[in-house]
Amino acid sequence: MGKTAAEKIVSAHVHEEVKAGDFVIADVDLAMIHDTTGPIAIKAFEEYGRKRVWDPSKMVIVLDHATPSPNERISNLHALLRSFASSQGIPLFDAGEGVCHQLVVEQGLVAPGGLAVGADSHTCTYGALNVFAFGIGSTDMSGVMLTGKLWLRVPGTMKVEFRGAMPEGTCAKDLMLHLIGKIGSDGADYLALSLCGETVREMSLSERMTLSNMAIECGAKAGLMEADEKTFAHLKALGGPVPKPLWDDDDADFASQVAIDASAIPPQVSRPHSVDSVVPVTEVTGTEIHQAYIGTCTNGRLEDLRIAARVLAGRRISGNCRLLVCPPSRKVLTEALAEGIIAQLVEAGATLLPPGCGPCPGTHLGVPGDGERVISTANRNFKGRMGNNKAEIYLASPATCAASALEGKITDPRKYLRS
Amino acid sequence: MESVLKGRAHTFGDDINTDYIIAGKYTKTLDFAALAEHVFEDIAPGFAKKVLPGDIVAAGRNFGCGSSREQAPIAIKHAGIGAILAKSYARIFFRNAINQGIPAFLCDTGEIEEGDSLLVDLGKNVVELPDRGKIIPLTPLSPVMLDILREGGLVAYLKKNGTYLLSR
Ligand code: SF4
Repeated sequence: MGKTAAEKIVSAHVHEEVKAGDFVIADVDLAMIHDTTGPIAIKAFEEYGRKRVWDPSKMVIVLDHATPSPNERISNLHALLRSFASSQGIPLFDAGEGVCHQLVVEQGLVAPGGLAVGADSHTCTYGALNVFAFGIGSTDMSGVMLTGKLWLRVPGTMKVEFRGAMPEGTCAKDLMLHLIGKIGSDGADYLALSLCGETVREMSLSERMTLSNMAIECGAKAGLMEADEKTFAHLKALGGPVPKPLWDDDDADFASQVAIDASAIPPQVSRPHSVDSVVPVTEVTGTEIHQAYIGTCTNGRLEDLRIAARVLAGRRISGNCRLLVCPPSRKVLTEALAEGIIAQLVEAGATLLPPGCGPCPGTHLGVPGDGERVISTANRNFKGRMGNNKAEIYLASPATCAASALEGKITDPRKYLRS
Repeated sequence: MESVLKGRAHTFGDDINTDYIIAGKYTKTLDFAALAEHVFEDIAPGFAKKVLPGDIVAAGRNFGCGSSREQAPIAIKHAGIGAILAKSYARIFFRNAINQGIPAFLCDTGEIEEGDSLLVDLGKNVVELPDRGKIIPLTPLSPVMLDILREGGLVAYLKKNGTYLLSR
């Protein structure tokens, strides 16, 4: 019997052969904390006594969730993180550099075959680079900071195979929303996803990250993909560590298998207040919206801004709708500026926000009003998510969000993409 | 950890996410009592005011899904909740709750109603509903989780052991 990628990567970090269901203590290659989860991790870590973290070069701290700081309380938490980073020698990305997950990938802090943890549920994003990566809580993180290790149960694997070419107007986001709608928000609880098939092979790294990012929205621990020449080209450009990619054996023991025909999936929309309430865009077109948001670790990258600009360039958003655009990193912002995309978006009526999480976690920027509807490229639409429990959030691709901003109502992007 | 926990039930449905347990806008603080004031605010307004120390949360499937924010179990703990029962937990929340030393157990909560008095007997591994003469079995925790819980949480466990110990 062969092994899954999850079993192989965990085995490599336990230094013995383990299989799904085993309880193990694994070595951690990278540990990330940010301004929401970091302070509690540090508070717990300090209870162990005046200790050094196990390896500061394997940690990273990112200020992204409420940046620039909206008030003195958060400013003081930011100061706590800065001072911990400098006293421990841990690299820190300060406010304005971008969203943690985007930075970890962009800076080459993870490599195929690695095991990474972050005190953030969307740490699974790095699965797109063949990294067994998952979110943990702050106290678990304090244990990693102390020991460099974590206990875990090796997950079983759900193999998800995407076949066929995505139709015009359909984005990676639509495929993932479709999958989550199909299996439900706990459909892959305690499992790793192996996201594979020709559709995934054809995707850019950026699109792959959108899929892996949302693995947690169906409860999965990880959203793993096979490393290929696109992954290696990305790493080579950064001069990162030599990768040891690992992938599923054909005869691995999968917990379950799902096949999805990507060519049959039109643009999708997730309705409030649950990510798995997914319908084709045509079922909700015409729903009035008041704010559109393009950004986040899910869908704010250069390609996402590009397709939004393709929809918006030379047009003007509806007078009844605001459009917020938040590049997930300084690098994305710089590239989008150089390509002229930012100018196109701003001329169309977008408000540009500084790189970071922006309105996604509901901490400061872009909080919707009572009864308002938002369409967002983010990964979650729970009630209250963007800071107001009397607002409604729809999730969709950058193309659909851009088209919806044009009309002030949920709009099928295909009509604006036909050349 | 006491071997018998007693409290009144507060029931919740399926897929109660961490944003519902504590909204993101309140999470930026190390003042845990302030967190507790807003626990379950978006789905059960006034919850924090009616909780009595030792009360028990009885939820459905996938409790604690969503974010990794440990502010969720911290808010529950500091509100005075003595234990959590659920049909299933989202993985990160389950670990966080145990790491915080909150007794969080798996059982079929379908028969538990709001206000029921509950008796969680860890010796017998059951939940008793004395007023209604019902007994519900608990699914045993994994040994490592049980060890962490017995120490009162992960910080105390690691202070004592220095590292993780797995009895295989
Ligand atoms: S952009 Fe949103 S989902 Fe991504 S890390 Fe920030 S708050 Fe979390």
